[in-house]
Amino acid sequence: MKRAPTVLWLLFLFSIPLWIADLYVVHVLVITGIFIIAAMSLNLLLGYAGQLSLGHVAFFGIGAYASALMSLGFSVHVAPGTVVAMGPQPVWLAIPAAMALAGLSGWFIGRLAFRVRGAYFVIVSISFAEVVRLVALNWVELTQGPMALNNIPPLTLWLPGLGEHTFWKKPENYWLVLIVAVVSYVVVRRLVRSRAGRAMIALRENEPLATSVGVDVTRYLVITTIASAAIAGSAGALYAHYVRIVDPDVFLFIYTVTMVIMVVTGGKGTLAGPIVGGLIFGLLPEILRAFDIAPELQWILYGVLMILVVYYLPDGIVPAVCKWWQQHGIGSGRGQSASGTPTIGAGQ
Amino acid sequence: MDQLLQHGLNALMLGGTYALLGIGLTLIFGIMRIVNFTHGELYAFGAYMMYMLVMLLEVNFFLALMLAVILGVALGGLIEITLLRRLHSADIDTTMLVMIGAWIALQNAEQLLWTGVAKSIDNPFPAAPLVIGPVSVAWNRVFVFAVVIALIVATYALVNRTKLGKAMRATFQDRDTAALMGIQIGTINTATFALGSGLAAAAGALLGPVFVAYPTMGDLAAAKAFAIVILGGLGNIAGATIGGFILAFAEELGAGYISSGYRDAMGFLIIILVLVFKPTGLFARKERVG
Repeated sequence: MKRAPTVLWLLFLFSIPLWIADLYVVHVLVITGIFIIAAMSLNLLLGYAGQLSLGHVAFFGIGAYASALMSLGFSVHVAPGTVVAMGPQPVWLAIPAAMALAGLSGWFIGRLAFRVRGAYFVIVSISFAEVVRLVALNWVELTQGPMALNNIPPLTLWLPGLGEHTFWKKPENYWLVLIVAVVSYVVVRRLVRSRAGRAMIALRENEPLATSVGVDVTRYLVITTIASAAIAGSAGALYAHYVRIVDPDVFLFIYTVTMVIMVVTGGKGTLAGPIVGGLIFGLLPEILRAFDIAPELQWILYGVLMILVVYYLPDGIVPAVCKWWQQHGIGSGRGQSASGTPTIGAGQ
Repeated sequence: MDQLLQHGLNALMLGGTYALLGIGLTLIFGIMRIVNFTHGELYAFGAYMMYMLVMLLEVNFFLALMLAVILGVALGGLIEITLLRRLHSADIDTTMLVMIGAWIALQNAEQLLWTGVAKSIDNPFPAAPLVIGPVSVAWNRVFVFAVVIALIVATYALVNRTKLGKAMRATFQDRDTAALMGIQIGTINTATFALGSGLAAAAGALLGPVFVAYPTMGDLAAAKAFAIVILGGLGNIAGATIGGFILAFAEELGAGYISSGYRDAMGFLIIILVLVFKPTGLFARKERVG
């Protein structure tokens, strides 16, 4: 009966569009869901492998552009007299291809960037995202530059026997994003509980020790980056086909910062952290908008919140709640749930 | 050839300001081990202080310049004391997150206060450029270059000739031993951060009147400063000085002969190339850790 809470949760999440009639709310949830997927992928690198990747939006943007371009078709002159062209492809084919491309760029950047650590890694990752943004801005023939890619076809799904289904309605998009989010969650969970995940955590905790017992650091970091980039790419592709317009602003540093705030506030290195953080920071702008707060003030609030979280909740919300639960939940005789992670010496 | 000379002169004028930005960042990075994301905001702060003093309060240009730098030093000191002091033993990622938070808050505060519209700042120099043979340069840029060189020399003197500078260098070499020798690490941190911030504010106050002041101006400046620091090697003032000029030449020539759209990509490409092929920086003497 251990799975009962999970099943109930999933049923609740899937049923939301059935009892929320306001399509704007569903729209906000779709966007939040896409960012939660991106935050989960960042959590792999930031939380589990312990690498502060501040270029994460590059993978998101590459996924968005790759999927949009494949479904729209493109033709570019790569060299004088040589034209690379591709006709429009179905969306359900473009998204996996975009994920593969994002994963490939993750492999490339992983090979390059993990020669350095700490501050240098951070700066390399930022530089990578900025170079990609400048390419998207200036390679007008491929990306339309600042004119943006318009009229991107909506999401479609091809099922054997049923044919192709186009997702025009918001609830349908919500369910699709939810399915991708659940699949991403499962993938991340399996990954961090596998041999690769243990290797990641080992090198986060103590890299020299991990190396000395034979953990191939670069190999596992690259595997993590590929997985992380591919998931971020899928979020980007979903975003492109849902919003149906992509411009070079998807590469802005501020989106990386949003993802980092989500992960850090929720709790880096926990499975639920990015979801909790993503929900808070996905819905907070809407709540603030209801109070007529200027966007600048919203960002100032984000900045201050980030500093306060680092000072007072350095592990994030999820570990703090778990700890509180263990200390107080048991004492008052309430549900001693199975969620408790085995922590040694806590709550005596 | 004339065109090349003109590009070279432009790069020289620009390179000085880049060097100033780079030196400020490399000091903070080297001595405090802090990736200072607010560096660009201090640069923007300097420019906006010039705008406020010269255009709104009608203070004399040269006096305003001095005041802007002093205010930059004060803001830097304030950030160190309020935000960083209590984090002195935290790891580099934690301080980085705090600095990112401070950077977002500062930048949006600027946007809120001064709006997103770019502000131009008057300067008292003649509009006609200084013509030297086949090339020409604006008088205000000559002034900027002269002040920049003076500030760089002063920073060198401060670090290499004064007692405070000696304490800074000792802290850079070995923080714990320096503390055992009776150096107040907290004071050194505040002084370093205030000095680095002051240099960034000076760069902004000097370039604000040359270009315009706008809220996100600090982002590119900070990115370039990072490129310069990486190029020159961690905590290496001479490296940052040369790195600033190298970046300016790469940008100027890249914009002149390749494509102006990729001008700002030069810094990032330099970062990636240096870290891939020579991660210790071009002028590093000792092994880099981090």
